[in-house]
Amino acid sequence: MSAETGNGFDPKSAPYLDSIEVVEVQRGPEPGGLGGAYRAFGETLRGLKTTMARLIEGPMTIEYPEEKTPVYPRFRGRHKLHKFEDTGLEKCVGCSLCAAACPADCIRVVAAENIPGDRVSAGERYAAVYEINLSRCIFCGYCEIACPFDAITMGHDYEMADYDRRDLIFTKEMLLAEPVERTPLKSEGE
Amino acid sequence: MLPFADTGFAEATWIMVAKSVVIFAVIFGILPVLTVVERKLIGRFQHRYGPNRVGPYGLLQPLADVGKLVSKESFRPENATKTLFILGPLLPVVSGVLALAIIPWGNVQGGVGFYGIDVPIGILYFFAVGSIAFYGLLLGGWSSGSKYSLLGAMRSAAQLISYEVSMGLALLGVIMMSGSLSLVDTVQAQGEMWFIVPQFVGFLIFMLAGFAETNRTPFDMPEADAELVQGFMTEYGGMRFGSFLLVEYMEILVVSGIAAAMFLGGWMGPGPSFLDPIWMLAKMIGLVLIFIWVRATLPRLRYDQLMTLGWKVLLPLATLNVLVTAILVVVFS
Repeated sequence: MSAETGNGFDPKSAPYLDSIEVVEVQRGPEPGGLGGAYRAFGETLRGLKTTMARLIEGPMTIEYPEEKTPVYPRFRGRHKLHKFEDTGLEKCVGCSLCAAACPADCIRVVAAENIPGDRVSAGERYAAVYEINLSRCIFCGYCEIACPFDAITMGHDYEMADYDRRDLIFTKEMLLAEPVERTPLKSEGE
Repeated sequence: MLPFADTGFAEATWIMVAKSVVIFAVIFGILPVLTVVERKLIGRFQHRYGPNRVGPYGLLQPLADVGKLVSKESFRPENATKTLFILGPLLPVVSGVLALAIIPWGNVQGGVGFYGIDVPIGILYFFAVGSIAFYGLLLGGWSSGSKYSLLGAMRSAAQLISYEVSMGLALLGVIMMSGSLSLVDTVQAQGEMWFIVPQFVGFLIFMLAGFAETNRTPFDMPEADAELVQGFMTEYGGMRFGSFLLVEYMEILVVSGIAAAMFLGGWMGPGPSFLDPIWMLAKMIGLVLIFIWVRATLPRLRYDQLMTLGWKVLLPLATLNVLVTAILVVVFS
């Protein structure tokens, strides 16, 4: 019998528990009588101490609309389409591999031939229509993995609520546009 | 006709009226602030901010609350007893305001006593008037014609008989030491030592009973929002509901005031005598903060647990306290 736990279980007899922190159960006061009242009084004071410690720690609330939870760098938020920085041409060549990889079937790509002299993308073809239905998207990131040209990546934006489902179908122009960076990133080691 | 109370001090009528207005205005100015302070503090106790959207630091929150309550319909259930149902929220308000009269804010200064009235039966007046508030709860709960309200009213009746005796006995020790029922005399008797030192047990019992008197956690079974959906208030809406809420805070202030006067030296404090009301108010607010702290800490007791506490612990303890005090008072006088 162990005096520590009081239930016949000795933590020392179980070596596998060495790595686990054993939390002892703190028993409440036994009911009845003046002794019980005395113990209840003591427990009340302990409770008051606990709540006062919370008061001193201060609030932990993140006041959301004004203050945002920082996301990790690999957080999968709203998609972004990219252009080459030097030439300004779109990276997307309209291969539809993202659409094929998409488990939610929310990407629609219609490819078209590039006209020499008025090129849209760097490749032979370009995406004439590129739409992502964000009301269906499950933010799995498979499109990002499937893309051979890193043309589509997952951004950090998570504020996409809208009043109309039709507004959640993002077109190529919307995805290409430099998004207003509204989401703070977590700093190193946070 | 007998006078309502022997003031022992003659004052012009206009002074009495002015005093009443000032006390009334100050207390009713504090009450809404108290509701915000409570909500904000409870929030802090739970790692939250509490209301901070309406006005600077959420200070205009009570205005928004009252605006909402006033604009609601004063609904009355079909099988409610009309007169009693309307009387329900009124009685506690009346009793709360009446009890405010005897709280001493300062001694007689420049021919004006800094209190509503100095009744020679001070504490008895407090008990008499405070008990009327419970008629409001009982009548309101019973006349609502709802089972939850009735349960809440029953609970408050059972609660009343469990703590009221101990509450009286707890103050008896102080009364024996000061030799007067008047609150002003009691405060003056604490010139050398506040009564909380020799009467610490009495103070604890009085505060515990005070939690029950004001229907605050851990003794808020008449309300019990988790199981009885606000108990006796269930069927009330609009400002009738609001007045029940308002009166809860007023009762807290009154109980704090009585406790401050009886145990914490009332208006006694360093500084010139015109600071007396400030000291009294500060002590009251300090006690109110303890009320809030306890509310943030303790869960609601079960019905029988309060009975056990009242009859088996508080009553013997209060009786013992009275006996020991009586012996000591005789020995040392």
